[in-house]
Amino acid sequence: MAAAARLFIRGANSKLSIAPSSLGVTLLKLSPNCSSRTKTQRRHATHFTFQPDPVPSQYGPTQKMNLFQSITSALDNTLASDPTAVIFGEDVAFGGVFRCTVGLRDKYGKDRVFNTPLCEQGIVGFGIGVAVAGATAIAEIQFADYIFPAFDQIVNEAAKYRYRSGNLFDCGNLTIRAPWGCVGHGALYHSQSPEAFFAHCPGLKIVIPRGPIQAKGLLLSCIADKNPCIFFEPKILYRAAVEQVPEEPYTIPLSQAEILQEGSDVTLVSWGTQIHVLKEVASMAQEKLGVSCEVIDLQTILPWDIETVCKVVGFPLERTVQLSSFGLRCGQTEIIEVSLQADNKTERKTQNVGSHKDRKTSKSRWSKQDACLSVTRHR
Amino acid sequence: MLAIISNVLRASAQRNGAAVITSARTYADFTTQATFEIKKCDVFKLDEGPATQVVLTRDEGLQYYRTMQTMRRMELKADQLYKQKIIRGFCHLYDGQEACAVGIEASINLSDHLITAYRAHGYTYTRGGTVKEIMAELTGRRGGIAKGKGGSMHMYCKHFYGGNGIVGAQVPLGAGVALACKYQGNNELCVCLYGDGAANQGQIFETYNMAALWKLPVIFICENNRYGMGTSVERAAASTDYFKRGEFIPGLRVDGMDVLCVREATRFAADHCRSGKGPILMELQTYRYHGHSMSDPGVSYRTREEIQEVRSKSDPISMLKDRMLSNNMASVEELKEIDVEVRKEIEDAAQFATTDPEPPLEELCNHIFCDMPSLEVRGTNPWAKLKSVS
Repeated sequence: MAAAARLFIRGANSKLSIAPSSLGVTLLKLSPNCSSRTKTQRRHATHFTFQPDPVPSQYGPTQKMNLFQSITSALDNTLASDPTAVIFGEDVAFGGVFRCTVGLRDKYGKDRVFNTPLCEQGIVGFGIGVAVAGATAIAEIQFADYIFPAFDQIVNEAAKYRYRSGNLFDCGNLTIRAPWGCVGHGALYHSQSPEAFFAHCPGLKIVIPRGPIQAKGLLLSCIADKNPCIFFEPKILYRAAVEQVPEEPYTIPLSQAEILQEGSDVTLVSWGTQIHVLKEVASMAQEKLGVSCEVIDLQTILPWDIETVCKVVGFPLERTVQLSSFGLRCGQTEIIEVSLQADNKTERKTQNVGSHKDRKTSKSRWSKQDACLSVTRHR
Repeated sequence: MLAIISNVLRASAQRNGAAVITSARTYADFTTQATFEIKKCDVFKLDEGPATQVVLTRDEGLQYYRTMQTMRRMELKADQLYKQKIIRGFCHLYDGQEACAVGIEASINLSDHLITAYRAHGYTYTRGGTVKEIMAELTGRRGGIAKGKGGSMHMYCKHFYGGNGIVGAQVPLGAGVALACKYQGNNELCVCLYGDGAANQGQIFETYNMAALWKLPVIFICENNRYGMGTSVERAAASTDYFKRGEFIPGLRVDGMDVLCVREATRFAADHCRSGKGPILMELQTYRYHGHSMSDPGVSYRTREEIQEVRSKSDPISMLKDRMLSNNMASVEELKEIDVEVRKEIEDAAQFATTDPEPPLEELCNHIFCDMPSLEVRGTNPWAKLKSVS
């Protein structure tokens, strides 16, 4: 199917900021403010620079791919190696509204890659059934904002299946994928980050990658994992994130946080798109304030790697700063904060820094200056 | 034209010295009403359907024409503004489906209630919103109908409950509104609209059950424009007879491109509800010219020929215009005059929408709660506090 047209969302119009050398200039830029908006309607879109990972050498030959292409590659590998694997969701047949499943139906047939009608609860319920019967089910929810009709199925059915049947049955073969997070013009229903809603649910795994290399590895791990997984894909990175991704299948272990940068003064913990903001903040903090930051990517939100974070925080580090895109109250960061404080024997100070969720006027602001401010305050 | 002729005749008659009957004023030369034959509706679980012979008066015709033309121009203007990036975010346009909104409104009162999904600009207008307010809401300004905080998908006005983003979520809400009407005994009803894509959502069927069980005065209307975003109805639904999906709820299938058909069917449905017989389901077969939203070109899942065919054969505005002209109910000039007025109204509204200031930052967090002392909402960092006033 040709399907050249992008059906639903325009490509992420993220304004990638200029090269790192002009960070000084960026710092001077004032934090975007609604009341100072000029007549020309300057668009303070999601402002961050994608920081690609170094090319991995241990997985074989690599190819330049963006996030949606790396997802397609992972799904392609799965359909090739696992004859029971099926992919379904709204509009996946022609390639999906974000092009994540382009070419798969032509390659593997319409009984393996097929559309469902508009019914999220039905999609997940159906997926649970497929998984319980032994096939590998990869369900797509078109936007994470629409996952709520399926919330009951995920939390009450999928997560508890193994436990309530005494390990007789399970739906570990189920993986749910959904585009996630702020995109700049998404407003109420195309920008949500609902990982915290599921965070209290034992039996479920939640994974959020920061770029194409992680995405492919983590998605393949989720599919292989014997527990139902929800894989959230940062939609703003679909086109913006380009890395050299291995062509062969490979897995990245779940529930293992990755320390991206070592530091001695402050720990910055996050996941998804925010990692790139934090990396910039870390270099800005080093340059401007002489503060050495440790950057940790949780990758798996549930169950999260509390050991790595605690070990890191337990060391001479005095402070932990977390940045999450679920800005307001009771986000995932609050949950982590409470766990950290409960776990640590000595009193450590943790601070939550949120980012503004999209408003209708498309002002998602991961302002680097704001994040930098928060680091300064801690000292 | 007729005025000129009559003036000439009068002048020539005077010259001839003959007694002259002052020529009648122009509009009395038009037929004040005409009877039309409309398409018969398919019925389900009903003994009889709506009438097939309907009367349209000149005034009604002109009013429908003006409303539909306003809606059409408004949507096209929104298209233009979107392409100029003055409107951002999501924008789902209603052009092609005008007959539905106008026909429905013609048979209900402003005191009745209506709720629909996100393709709501037309309904906002027929329910009482002004073009200015609608366009200002699209551009997110303080003059907007939702104070600039709602946008394209969230427009509201009196007895119009939006404007809803989540597909199918508005249907149980509509049934609730109908329950309130029944409970309060005010003889009002609720018109609850959804699309062919939403017809496959579970909550619709839950709502059918509740509405039928409690005999709620709700008219369920499925606006079937043949495509749920990019999926055609044949590929999404096991049964494309959406008017029969209510199973235990009587149904009607109506030609949604003909404003008279829609009006008559809605009248029939409203009578059904108001007589206490419970809910009724209507499927309006209609078509949208634009894609699903402004991000969708609309031609990757249907051919341009198909769109052209519908435009030439079944366009609601053209159909009404032809009817009126061929029955001498209006003149070409008169309709052109209406077009000019409508165009001006839209231009003014667009001007307003582009120049009105945006809502101030102080209002960003208002209306989160109600009746609470003003609370502080965290902004982008813990030290940026915004105030939320209830």
